[in-house]
Amino acid sequence: MTTTAPLICMQDVDKFFGDFQALKKINLKIGKGERIVVCGPSGSGKSTMIRCLNRLEEHSSGHIFIDGSELTDKVKDIDAVRREVGMVFQSFNLFPHMTIAKNLMIAQQLVRKTPKAEAREIAIRYLERVKIPEQADKFPIQLSGGQQQRVAIARALCMQPEVMLFDEPTSALDPEMINEVLDVMIDLANDGMTMIVVTHEMGFARSVADRVIFMDEGEIVEEAPPASFFDNPVHERTKAFLSQILAH
Amino acid sequence: MSFDVGLIIESLPMMLSGIGITLKLLVVSAVLGLLLAIVLLLMRISGKWYLNWPAQAYIYVFRGTPILVQIFIVYYGFPQFEFIRDSILWPILREPTGCAIVALSLNTGAYVSEILRGGVKGVSKGLLEAGSALGMSARQKFIYITTPIAVRLALPAYSNDVVSLLKSTALASTITIADMTGIARTIVAETYAPYEIFISMAMIYIAFTWVLQRTFGVIERYLGRYTKREA
Repeated sequence: MTTTAPLICMQDVDKFFGDFQALKKINLKIGKGERIVVCGPSGSGKSTMIRCLNRLEEHSSGHIFIDGSELTDKVKDIDAVRREVGMVFQSFNLFPHMTIAKNLMIAQQLVRKTPKAEAREIAIRYLERVKIPEQADKFPIQLSGGQQQRVAIARALCMQPEVMLFDEPTSALDPEMINEVLDVMIDLANDGMTMIVVTHEMGFARSVADRVIFMDEGEIVEEAPPASFFDNPVHERTKAFLSQILAH
Repeated sequence: MSFDVGLIIESLPMMLSGIGITLKLLVVSAVLGLLLAIVLLLMRISGKWYLNWPAQAYIYVFRGTPILVQIFIVYYGFPQFEFIRDSILWPILREPTGCAIVALSLNTGAYVSEILRGGVKGVSKGLLEAGSALGMSARQKFIYITTPIAVRLALPAYSNDVVSLLKSTALASTITIADMTGIARTIVAETYAPYEIFISMAMIYIAFTWVLQRTFGVIERYLGRYTKREA
């Protein structure tokens, strides 16, 4: 754990969708360089929680601080936070009408005002990092799912974020493509990137996470380092969940 | 009944002389209608009731009434009002061609804005979220993500509307305009040979439609190039 102020701090965060309460009094601190895995049954609020961190969802009450500044309604605050936070989605969400290189360049050019040639250079560098520079001039549909997700990771990295959010990054992939994506994520973790990963890949959680967070019905039920989380879960709900996903 | 092939050959050049006016009605109305459609679309998706509401009312009225009635209202109705005769639009509305273009544009604009709205709604929410997560502004997302994809999605329905607009231009002949149909009607009145003349006129429209559809087909294939796996 770091001794400086946390990079991400959630205080008593509630989120309602109409009458349904998706998040209940979430309190969470994440230090720079920490790797957090969030797991839990579907509908437990784990995606909603990380989507609140870059304002894809607006929290109903409570406070969220990213790198010391509070996330509010102000467009300026939201833009500032989104510059710090990269996100990878379950369904990749690559822009289908742009080549791979353009997917990586567009936000650099529009948001960071990076000149085109430099943006392309950065794009190719990150494509090399996810090991597919040769696909730069193809369209997303011409790539496999695993390749597309690696491009999506590279696209987020091009913006040089402080934190990376992963919302079930391997759930939409065929089994044989999961590892190539996890390898890229492990590589990123080894480089010291702060990561919050919603996933059911328990092998990844065990080997990479500093902390595992278990959510159920909008609450953080249990929070522990992976060894104690998997071997000595405290709460009944955690035990029930683990026995279900680790049964086979 | 006799079928006079000679008459067809004789009158074809005359009818084709009206193709310029037909083309003018089509192109000018299509362009103005498209601009109007874009304005209506932006009003519809602005999220502001005072913009959305009038646009919706407009679309409702123009889709709910026959185009022929709209042409008559513009041509026979507007000159009744003094403020229109005094307005800067009068030089346009004084001419039948101007009236036809105004009516056709107003009509097609209502349809096309709904076609475009369908395209905009077809853009997956996830792509816009990805844009947001990358820090793109609402305006940047609209220009670089929504628009190119919506255009591709809307194009097949749009090309259909342009073909339909081509055939609506024939109604201009009802307000004295000598487009292809207007000329054909004049020839029929002189020769009493409706079959020959109207059938050959129909064939010109079919050829015209074929060209339009081929053109749109090329554009569709170009815009859809990223939807196919093989390069």
